[in-house]
Amino acid sequence: MVTITKRAFAALAAVSVLPLAFGSLDAALAKDKVKIAFVGPLTGALSPHGIGGRNSAELAVKQMNADPKTKYDYELVVLDDECKPNIGVQVVTKIASDRSIVAAIPHYCSATAIATVDIFNRFKLPMVVWAAVLPEITYANKYPEVHRVSGILIGQNRVGAEFMKARGYKKFVSFADSTDYGKSMNKYFTQFTTENGNEILGTFAVPPDQQDLSAELTKIKELNPEVVYFGGLTPLGARLRTQMAKFGINAQLEGNSGIMGDAFINAAGPELAEGTVTFFDSPPISKMPGGKAFTDAYKAAGYSEPPEAYGPFAYIATHLVMETIEKAGPDRAKITAELADVKDRPSIVGPITFDDHGQNITPLTTKYVVQDGKWLVWEDSEYAAGKRKLKNLP
Amino acid sequence: MGMIGQHLLNGMMQGTIYGLVAMGFTIFFGVMNVIKFSHGDVLTLGAFGGLVAVWATNSMGLSVPVQFIAAFAAAMLLSAVAGAGISHFLIMPLRNAPPLNMLLMTMMVGTVLREAIRLFFPNGTNPQRFPELLPSGGFNIGSSFFRTDALILIVAGIASIGVVYWIINRTKFGLAMRAVAEDVETARTMGIIFARVIPLTFALGSITAGFAGTIYGLYYSEINYGMGLLLAVIGFTAAIVGGLGNIWGAIIGGYLFAGLQTFVVAAMPSMSDYKNVFAFVLIIMLITWRPTGLLAERGSERV
Repeated sequence: MVTITKRAFAALAAVSVLPLAFGSLDAALAKDKVKIAFVGPLTGALSPHGIGGRNSAELAVKQMNADPKTKYDYELVVLDDECKPNIGVQVVTKIASDRSIVAAIPHYCSATAIATVDIFNRFKLPMVVWAAVLPEITYANKYPEVHRVSGILIGQNRVGAEFMKARGYKKFVSFADSTDYGKSMNKYFTQFTTENGNEILGTFAVPPDQQDLSAELTKIKELNPEVVYFGGLTPLGARLRTQMAKFGINAQLEGNSGIMGDAFINAAGPELAEGTVTFFDSPPISKMPGGKAFTDAYKAAGYSEPPEAYGPFAYIATHLVMETIEKAGPDRAKITAELADVKDRPSIVGPITFDDHGQNITPLTTKYVVQDGKWLVWEDSEYAAGKRKLKNLP
Repeated sequence: MGMIGQHLLNGMMQGTIYGLVAMGFTIFFGVMNVIKFSHGDVLTLGAFGGLVAVWATNSMGLSVPVQFIAAFAAAMLLSAVAGAGISHFLIMPLRNAPPLNMLLMTMMVGTVLREAIRLFFPNGTNPQRFPELLPSGGFNIGSSFFRTDALILIVAGIASIGVVYWIINRTKFGLAMRAVAEDVETARTMGIIFARVIPLTFALGSITAGFAGTIYGLYYSEINYGMGLLLAVIGFTAAIVGGLGNIWGAIIGGYLFAGLQTFVVAAMPSMSDYKNVFAFVLIIMLITWRPTGLLAERGSERV
């Protein structure tokens, strides 16, 4: 047993404080620490997406820190918004009022993001949204702090409506969650589907956490549509697919970016997920320049959870933020100014160009279908080749 | 409108679950004048216990019927222990405290249970997939589709309501329970061991919750830590509408609430998001019309 006298303890304490006091003298040796924040759902039903995004953002930070040429040492502050607007407001207020945090990479869920954009603006905290796709996040206001690398849901719905028409489907039912996100999905689905001359037999909106869909599904069964369109996120989507099967509804399921990712197939099971079509704002990462490097690095970093559909977007958003800090320095106003000029920036999901609302305008909307428990690009699937058939084809 | 049979079946399924929950509330109130708000969370606890039992029996390679029985047994046992524990350690010592204290206390116990499941169950925040142990599929009668699993669960639920009714009205324990409900002091002078009857009563009420929780898991193939909250509110409402303290009232209240929810969706599909709003508004009107419930408790002069 070592006994420490009072004096020895004081000396020890002084020694341990010393480096802090003279830290600035070491600047030539150690880089300045810069804090950036990642926000996403790390718990709750949508956590697979949040954790995939978190891992990808962390990977970007690790790679940046490993590079000896960079000016700063980055620290990623990770916060959980649980995909709930009220929690999102809490955590964003927390990071926004912490002056040591200079930029943020927030939100998977649109309903959360739309609730927090005002806070980013009020506290002048620059941010790059990594996944949420509701148009209003960037377009409802003209906030210089707000940017987004992911697409907006209008494009997905346009491509989706054209695709379904080309297959010959005519009768649809819309089933969306009742958040701003689901409402917006339903709005553009309805707009593009009716513009194409197709018919919507019924529209249903349920809260995202509703368990019992039997009343709605009974009604849907009665309407007997060829296609059930789903505008919502993975947990409700998987529930819809499972309960559709239990009610013997044999309609084709048309999804959106909200169910894109392995989590949907895991939750619904590969048999039930089979043949589900979805429209998502990026080609598969394996087909993109630098995509393989990302996948390899992600694996090498030893993450056990998949990056999910938006992992690459979290990666490029984080990377973009750090690149900007390297150029402009760790200052909120300077970063905001620098982010306004992002144009044709190469990334693993394609070039990034922000318009005057901070919206990336170069998403490449791609059609996907589940085949044998995997999301495949439509053109590469046996469905497109005619070997397998979508449900209810006229 | 060929779907009436289908809607009826959906309503029956939900009503059975609500009715089972409401029955617990009504038993606790009838016997102890206690509104036990942790009831919904005891249901959740039971359902998670059932899930663990299925996982365990499945990993031991036991057959599906065994897993099925294990799920119900574990759920009922766990909720019975939780219910009896809550009554013995928390409700009994506080039985002479103001009712408001009791209500608050049970709400807090519920929160503790709910958060404990969320924090200590692996991935507890995420919805858990409940394995399908019943035959899937079903059959059509006319244009209505009858799910086999739903039919089995409804029959099981109604049978369990019957069993509880039989326990209360035909057994010695039920007699003791009713005696305590009528008059504690007289019951004591008749040799009824109060301190034993009360925890058993709470165990009985909680068993119905564990049973309902497992039915819920089997029907929806999914359970989550927060599922008890809305079920408790609906179950409590059903018990009030039916007449708190009256078993049949609770069951009627449960089916009535499910019927209202189903009716809203069936009649106005575009309003399905508002089904709880409609159902609760109608319930408020009903309560205003009959403050003591549809079937008032016999001897409600104690109010």
